[in-house]
Amino acid sequence: MTYSLLSIMRQELGLIVITLLVLFLDLFVRETNKQKVYIITLILFGIHTLAGFFPFEGGTLFGGMFHTTPMHILMKNVLNIGVFLVLLMSASWLIMPRISDKRNEFLMILLTTLSGMYFMISAGDFLMFYIGLEIASIPMAVLAAFEKFKSRSEEAGIKFLLNSALSTGFLLFGLSLFYAAGGTLYFDDFSHSISQPSPLVALALTFLLSGLAFKLSLVPFHFWTADVYEGSPMVVTSYFSVISKGSVAFVLGILLFKVFPAFIGLWQFVIYALAIATMLIGNLFALRQKNIKRFLAFSSIAQAGFILLGLLQTDTFGITVIIYFVLIYILSNLAAFGVAQAISVATGKENIEDYNGLYKTNPSLSLIMMLALFSLSGIPPVAGFFSKFFLFTAAAKAGYYRLVFIAVVNTTIALYYYLLVVKAMFINPNPNPLPPIRSDNYLRSALFITVVGIFLAGILSPVFEYMQAIVDKF
Amino acid sequence: MNAFEYTFLIPFIPLLGFLLIIFNFKRFPKKLTAALATSLIGISFVLSVYTAWQYFIIMGPLHGVYPKIIGNHFEWLKLGEHLSVHMGTLIDQASVMMLIVVSTVSLMVHIYSIGYMHDDRGFNRFFAFLQLFSFSMLSLVIATNVFQIYIFWELVGVSSFLLIGFYYEKPSAVAASKKAFIVTRFADLFFLLGILLISFHTDTFDFISLTNPENFERFNLHGTTFLGLSIPALALILIFVGGAGKSAMFPLHIWLPDAMEGPSPVSALIHAATMVVAGVYLVARMFANYAIMAPEALALVGYVGAFTSLFAAVIATTQIDFKRVLAFSTISQIGYMMAALGVSGYGEEAGLGYMASMFHLFTHAMFKALLFLGAGAVIHAVHTNSIREMGGLRKYMKTTHITFLIATLAIAGFPGLSGFFSKDEIITAAHQSYPLVFYTLLVVAGLTAFYMFRLYFLVFWNTETHYHHKPHDPGKAMLIPLIILAVLSIVSGYIPFGEFVSSDGKPLHTHLHFDIAIISTLVSFVGIAIAWFLYKKSSDLTSHLIARWGTFYRWAYNKFYIDEVYLFITHNIIFAYISRPIAWFDRHVVDGTMNVIGWITVTTSEKIKGMQSGQLQQYAFAFVSAILVISAFLIYYLINN
Repeated sequence: MTYSLLSIMRQELGLIVITLLVLFLDLFVRETNKQKVYIITLILFGIHTLAGFFPFEGGTLFGGMFHTTPMHILMKNVLNIGVFLVLLMSASWLIMPRISDKRNEFLMILLTTLSGMYFMISAGDFLMFYIGLEIASIPMAVLAAFEKFKSRSEEAGIKFLLNSALSTGFLLFGLSLFYAAGGTLYFDDFSHSISQPSPLVALALTFLLSGLAFKLSLVPFHFWTADVYEGSPMVVTSYFSVISKGSVAFVLGILLFKVFPAFIGLWQFVIYALAIATMLIGNLFALRQKNIKRFLAFSSIAQAGFILLGLLQTDTFGITVIIYFVLIYILSNLAAFGVAQAISVATGKENIEDYNGLYKTNPSLSLIMMLALFSLSGIPPVAGFFSKFFLFTAAAKAGYYRLVFIAVVNTTIALYYYLLVVKAMFINPNPNPLPPIRSDNYLRSALFITVVGIFLAGILSPVFEYMQAIVDKF
Repeated sequence: MNAFEYTFLIPFIPLLGFLLIIFNFKRFPKKLTAALATSLIGISFVLSVYTAWQYFIIMGPLHGVYPKIIGNHFEWLKLGEHLSVHMGTLIDQASVMMLIVVSTVSLMVHIYSIGYMHDDRGFNRFFAFLQLFSFSMLSLVIATNVFQIYIFWELVGVSSFLLIGFYYEKPSAVAASKKAFIVTRFADLFFLLGILLISFHTDTFDFISLTNPENFERFNLHGTTFLGLSIPALALILIFVGGAGKSAMFPLHIWLPDAMEGPSPVSALIHAATMVVAGVYLVARMFANYAIMAPEALALVGYVGAFTSLFAAVIATTQIDFKRVLAFSTISQIGYMMAALGVSGYGEEAGLGYMASMFHLFTHAMFKALLFLGAGAVIHAVHTNSIREMGGLRKYMKTTHITFLIATLAIAGFPGLSGFFSKDEIITAAHQSYPLVFYTLLVVAGLTAFYMFRLYFLVFWNTETHYHHKPHDPGKAMLIPLIILAVLSIVSGYIPFGEFVSSDGKPLHTHLHFDIAIISTLVSFVGIAIAWFLYKKSSDLTSHLIARWGTFYRWAYNKFYIDEVYLFITHNIIFAYISRPIAWFDRHVVDGTMNVIGWITVTTSEKIKGMQSGQLQQYAFAFVSAILVISAFLIYYLINN
C-alpha cells in the first residue's frame, strides 16, 4: 500500500514536497539569500516537470477516490510546462520593491493551486473533485490581491473571492443533488447507476456546469474576468487565463466524457449554446479594449469558447484535441503575456497605444508578440492554426457544421483585433516609442521556449501523435 | 521509387534562399543577395523545365493517358483510421504546367527587381519575401492533397500581405495589405469549411483518389444540406468561394486594385501571373469533382466568371491610374479563365473549356507579367501613376514601347500572338453550349482591346507632357526580362497545348476555329479602332493644328467632329450611364456592405461594453439568470423527450 501510494501519487507528492520546501526555506533563510530559494524552486520544478514525462501506467487509490492514467499524467504535464514558464516570467516582477519581501510566498501559493488542479484532474469521485477545485481556487484570490498596496489588485482579490463563493455554492449544491439522484459520489458507480436523466439530474447538471463555466469564464458567467484580470498583477493574470483555464477545460472534458455520457443530449446542447455565446461576446468585447491585459483577457474568453468545440466530439479524438489545443494556447498566450510582462516591468506601460512604434526600438519583442498573436488567431504555419483546425475537425466530425461556420466567422473577427495590436507595433507612427528594453535572462528563456514551441508543436506531427497514442490507450 | 523524386527540391531551394537572406539581412551586401536569390530561383526554373521535359517529352502518355505521379511524399499527420495528411509533390499535367509558369515569371521578376529595387533601402527584405513567396507558390502548385494546398494557400496570402505592405511608411500601402489579407482570409474560411465537408464524406484528402471518377461511386455523398444543395455541390461551392477570394472574383475582388500599392514587380508576380490564378488552378485541380459530382456548382463558376469578366472590363475603361487599369484587366481575364472552366465538360472533346482555361492561364501569365513590368519601367521613368501625366513616351523609351505594344496586342487578341489562340479556344468552348456566356465573352474581348489600346495610346502616343527629367529606357537588368517575356508572349500561343494539358489526361487535338476566330478578331479590331480615334492624339493637339494650318482646317475639323461624337457617346453615354454606375456600385454597395458589417460589429461591441460595469450584484444577477434559463430549458427538453 505504502509503495503503491508513493508511486501512483508521485506527481502530487513531489509537488507537495517542493511546496513545503519553499515554505520552510523561506522561514529559515536570511533576507539576502531569498533569491536563491527562487532558483532552487525553479530547478526543482524543472526536474519535476521533466520527471512527469517518464512513461507510467498509473493506478487507483483510496477505493477509487483517486486514480491516474497516462492521459491524466499528460494533462498534468501540459499544466507543468505552463507553470514552469509562468515561474520563469515572474522573476523580474518578484524582485520589485514591496513584492520582494514576500516573493517566496508567491511561489508557495502558486504551487499550492497547482496541486489542487492535480487532485481535481485525478479525482475519482465528486468529493475529491470538489476539494481539488477549492484548493485550486481559494489561494487564487490571494494571488489576485498580491499587490495589496494597489487598490485595483485588492479589488480584484475580493471580487474573485465573492464571485467564486457564489459559483462554488451552486456547484456544491449541484453535487449534493447528484448524490440525491444516484446515491453515490463515485464517478464509476454514478455512471452505472443512472442511465435515464431525470429533471433532478438536469438541475444538478446545470449547477455543476455553471460552476465550471464560471472558472472557464464562459459567457454569461464571465463578468468577473475583466475586472479580476485587469486588477491582478500581470503574472497572475497570465496564470489565471492560461493554467487555471486549461485545468478546468481538462476536468470538464473528463466529467462530460467519462461520468455523464448517458446525458449527452442534455449537455451537448448547453455546450453548443455556451460556445456560440462565448466566442461571439468574447470577441465583441475584445474589439474595443485599450488595455493589453483586458485585451488578452477577453481574447482568452473567446478562446475558451473554441475549446468547447472539442467537447462536442465525444471520442478520444475530442480529448486529444482539447489537450493539444490547451498546450498550444498555453505557449501562444504566455508568449503574448511574456512580452506584455517585459514591457510592464520595465516601463509600467500597459496600454495598447503605448505599443505604437515598438518595432523600431524593440524588434525582437515585437516579433515575438506578432508570432504569438498569429498563433492565437490561427494563421498557418504556426501551431495555433493546427490546434484550431483540429478543433474544427472534431466539431465537424460530430456533425456540427453550423457551429463550425460560426467559429470560423469568429476567427475572422479575432484576426481583426489581433492585427490591431500588430499594427500598433509595426505601423503606427510614434515620435517617442518605448525605450529599448532589456529583460532578464529568465524571461528571455521563457520567451525562447514559447517561440520554439509555437513553431515546432505545429510543424512536428509527432507532438500530436504522441498525445493521440496516449489518449487512445486510456 | 520513381523518376520524379527530385521535384521536392523545386520549392525547397527558394526556401533555403529565404532563410539565408532573412538571417543575414543586415550583413549581406545587395549584390550578394541579388546573385544568391536569382541563382536559386534560376535552379528552380531549370529543374521545372527539366521536369516538364521529362514528363511530357521523355515519358509521354502511358496507354494514351498522362499519368498522375507522386514524386515523393510522407505521412505527416494521422487524423483517424482512414484519414491522414501527407506532404509531397504531385506531378501531373496541370502541376507541371504551373511549375513552368511560376518559375518562369518568378525568375523574370527576380532579374527585373535587381534593377527596379536598386536604390531601395529594403532591398534584402524584398528579395527575402520574393523567395518566401516563390517557395509557397511552388509548394502550392505541386500539393498532393487539399490540406497541403490550404496551408500553402495561406502562406502565399501571408507573403502577399508582406509584399503589398512593403512600403510600410505609406499608409495607403498598409491599408491595402490589410484589406487584401482580411478579404482573402475571409474567403479562405469558406474554403476550409469546404475541405472539412468533402473530406469527411470521401474519407480522403488526396487529389489522386479524390478526383478519380472511378472512385465516385464509393464515396458516401448522400443527403442534402440547406437550400436543397447536395453535399458535394455545397462543399465545392464553399471551395470555390475560397478560390474566388484569391482570384478576385466578384464581389470579393475589392482587394486587388488596392493591392497595386505594392512595388510593380510584386504586382507582376503575385497579382497578375501566379497567386491570383490560384483560384482557377484550384477549380481545375478538382475539375472532375465539379464536372461530374456537381454540375450546378460548375455552372455557378462559369456565370460568376463571365459576369466578373464583363464587370471588370467596363470599369477598366474609366480608370486613369496605370496600374489600376491593369488590375481590372487582370480581374477581367481571370474571369475569362473561370468562365472557360464553367462551360467545360469532362473528358475528350467536351473538355475543351478546361484546356482553353489552362492555356489562357499560361499565355496570360506571360503577357500580363510583361505589361506590369513595362508599367513598372514607365512609372520608374516618369515618377507618376497617372496616365494623364504621361504621353509621347514612345520616343524616349523605345524598347519598353515595343515590348509593351507586343503585350497589348497579345491581350487584345491580335491574330498571331499568344492571347489570340487561347481566347479563341475559350470563346469556341463557350459557343458550344452556353450562348449567354459566349456573347458576354465576345463583348469583353472588344472592351479588352479598347481599354488596353486606350492605355497604350495615352501613355506612348498622345500629347507629350513636359517631363522634369527626360524619361529613358531602364537598365539591362530590367530590359532583359521585358524582351524575354515579349518573345514568350508571341511564341507561347503556338504550343499545341491540348496535347499536353487536358481534363482527363488524354491528349486533346485542337485546331483553330476560323468562324469564331474571325468574329472575335473583328470585335477586337473595332475596339482597337475606337481607341485609335479617341486617344492616339488628343483633341487639344487637333485644335492647335487647326489654328496653325488653315488648309488642314476642313480635315481637322471633321476629325474633331468625329472625335466629339465618339467622345459624347463614350464619355456622356457609356461612361456616364454604364461604367460610372457600375464603378459607383462597386465603391458604395460592395465596399459599403463590407463597411456596414464592420460598423455593426464595432457598434454592438460598444453597446455591450456597458454591461461590464464592475458591479458585483449585476454579475451575480447574470450568473443566476443564466442558470435559471439553462435549467428551465433542460427540464423542458427532458419532459418533451
